[in-house]
Amino acid sequence: MLRATDIRVRIGGKPILQGVDFRAESGQVTAIVGPNGSGKSTLLKAITGEVDSTGGLEINGADIRRRKPWELAAIRGVLPQAAVLSFPFQVGEVVRMGLRAGISASRSRLPEMALAAVGLEGYAGRLYQELSGGEQQRAQLARVLCQVWEPLVDGQPRWLLLDEPVASLDIGHQLVVMQLLRRYAEGGGGVVAVMHDLNLSAMFADRMTVMARGRVTASGAPGEVMTDAVLSATYGCELRVNAAPAGQSFLLPHMAVAP
Amino acid sequence: MAATEQIALALPDRRSRARRAHLVLGGGLALACLLSLAVGASGTSLWGALEKLATGVPLTAAEQTVLWTIRMPRMLLAICVGAGLAVSGAVLQGLFRNPLADPGIVGVSAGAGLGAISAIVLGAALPAVLSGPWLLPLAAFLGAWGATGLLYAVATRRGRTSVATMLLAGIALTAMAGAMSGGLIYMADDAQLRDVTFWQLGSLAGATWAKLAVAAPVTLAALLLAVTLGRGLNGLALGEAAAGHMGLPVQRIKALAILAAAAATGAAVAVSGGIAFVGIVVPHLLRLATGPDHEPLLPNAALLGASLLLVADVISRVIVAPAELPIGIVTAILGAPVFLWILLRRRGLVDL
Ligand SMILES: Nc1ncnc2c1ncn2[C@@H]1O[C@H](COP(=O)(O)OP(=O)(O)OP(=O)(O)O)[C@@H](O)[C@H]1O
Ligand SMILES: [Mg+2]
Repeated sequence: MLRATDIRVRIGGKPILQGVDFRAESGQVTAIVGPNGSGKSTLLKAITGEVDSTGGLEINGADIRRRKPWELAAIRGVLPQAAVLSFPFQVGEVVRMGLRAGISASRSRLPEMALAAVGLEGYAGRLYQELSGGEQQRAQLARVLCQVWEPLVDGQPRWLLLDEPVASLDIGHQLVVMQLLRRYAEGGGGVVAVMHDLNLSAMFADRMTVMARGRVTASGAPGEVMTDAVLSATYGCELRVNAAPAGQSFLLPHMAVAP
Repeated sequence: MAATEQIALALPDRRSRARRAHLVLGGGLALACLLSLAVGASGTSLWGALEKLATGVPLTAAEQTVLWTIRMPRMLLAICVGAGLAVSGAVLQGLFRNPLADPGIVGVSAGAGLGAISAIVLGAALPAVLSGPWLLPLAAFLGAWGATGLLYAVATRRGRTSVATMLLAGIALTAMAGAMSGGLIYMADDAQLRDVTFWQLGSLAGATWAKLAVAAPVTLAALLLAVTLGRGLNGLALGEAAAGHMGLPVQRIKALAILAAAAATGAAVAVSGGIAFVGIVVPHLLRLATGPDHEPLLPNAALLGASLLLVADVISRVIVAPAELPIGIVTAILGAPVFLWILLRRRGLVDL
């Protein structure tokens, strides 16, 4: 289990997170949604230790702040919202960096498998900087996957902490990646993904946490969270949730026409 | 499709090519060493001397002096300085995630120079126990270390270094160190002035075994430290945050990188007065040939940097013989165009 309790983050004196409680179970996909600037990335950074925070942070029952970087690297991979890379590395070289960070370093075929998993087979020899934005994002995801490939190690779940993993992907690759995350969770691992697409979140997540202005405003199963009242209040515009025949919630964009 | 397959097959090539380069560059360095021992203003022949050694004929005193007291320490010093500057360049570039970082350009050499001049001018005021052959290189190292740390603090924000800030901060650092050096020179007495001028002229001409005894251990230690940083510098290419997420001890890597670069530059500047562009040309050529992976890049940079400086030194000795051209001129003529070329190629991609 991943648990954050009463997380507070201040940056330059400005309160960014104001007492956030968040939990995610292994074996599940947990989506974090909310408007721009609501603190989703900051929450993820607090969990990974990238920004300083107060409050409790636990992963698999251990205090995150007491773990060494390499111990954490063995149990969780992190995909940042905006990935950068200097120097003309090849895609395969980038992915292999993830391999060496994890504990599966001996599995030399893993980079190829990870690239194939995100739909980039045959890209290992391409220059990363010459890929399109969506391809770069998938290459970075492959690197993270390589780091924590097996969802369970010695009965301990491993974690994927992903900041907008499908933000710039086309719909086909969005489905490829979301299915991959589902399989990871079904294999016993934990997945936490910051998402903007509410429909994809409703389709693939077991739990959703909604954030607004540095606080959690709702969390629970997609069906509980995806309500007109919650979403309209969170996003500050009128939203109407529909139900598909199979019971799944979905949202069609519509513009309120002034009477 | 065929094209991607071909490229995919080329992947392991880049790694094995980088490893093959160890051998090629090692061979090149051996040749450059021979060249450096064989060429010189006096007509002493290396081959003649080797033949005598092989057949047991004793060497003449002149041969011994030229080969053993002049050319040999000069060759070894060139290796130290060349390897040190090239590796220092590669480490700084990895640290700043920027192929334009060079100890001579971003002010690290100027910091080392300030340290060296301080040692010459202020060293006399120190108690005798503190002044010795170590004082100058130590001061040069401290100057280089301070300059690198300051540069990093100024030019890097949240793990990203702006090219413009780095180069401008380098100019400011160089100017500041220059002004302080000027102040010290103004204070210096005649004997110190002569020492400063002699040191500033630098070049490898004054190579002695004594100088080597000071420079070699520091350079060697810095090189050994630097080659352990390969994986860490690769990680930094993904940004400090991602490197940390991959389990790399980012703060330690940065501190060690600054230490290694400062020690290598400090030692080189202490004995040679600062030679620019080696640190930029060598890693750049290697990245073009075998890719940016720092693990093979760092040892390769040491080998190629040493060879390059040996060849530049030979050129500086023969081109206006029997006089000598300062070696800094040779490396600048070779290196400055490469620097401009990198700058021009990047201009379209990255707004400074
Ligand atoms: N380094 C920083 N310095 C100052 N303010 C910051 C910093 N990082 C984040 N913030 C502020 O914190 C708030 C939350 O930012 P955060 O990046 O967590 O938003 P987000 O929910 O991830 O938004 P998005 O959907 O746009 O990615 C924003 O108001 C932002 O301006
Ligand atoms: Mg964000």
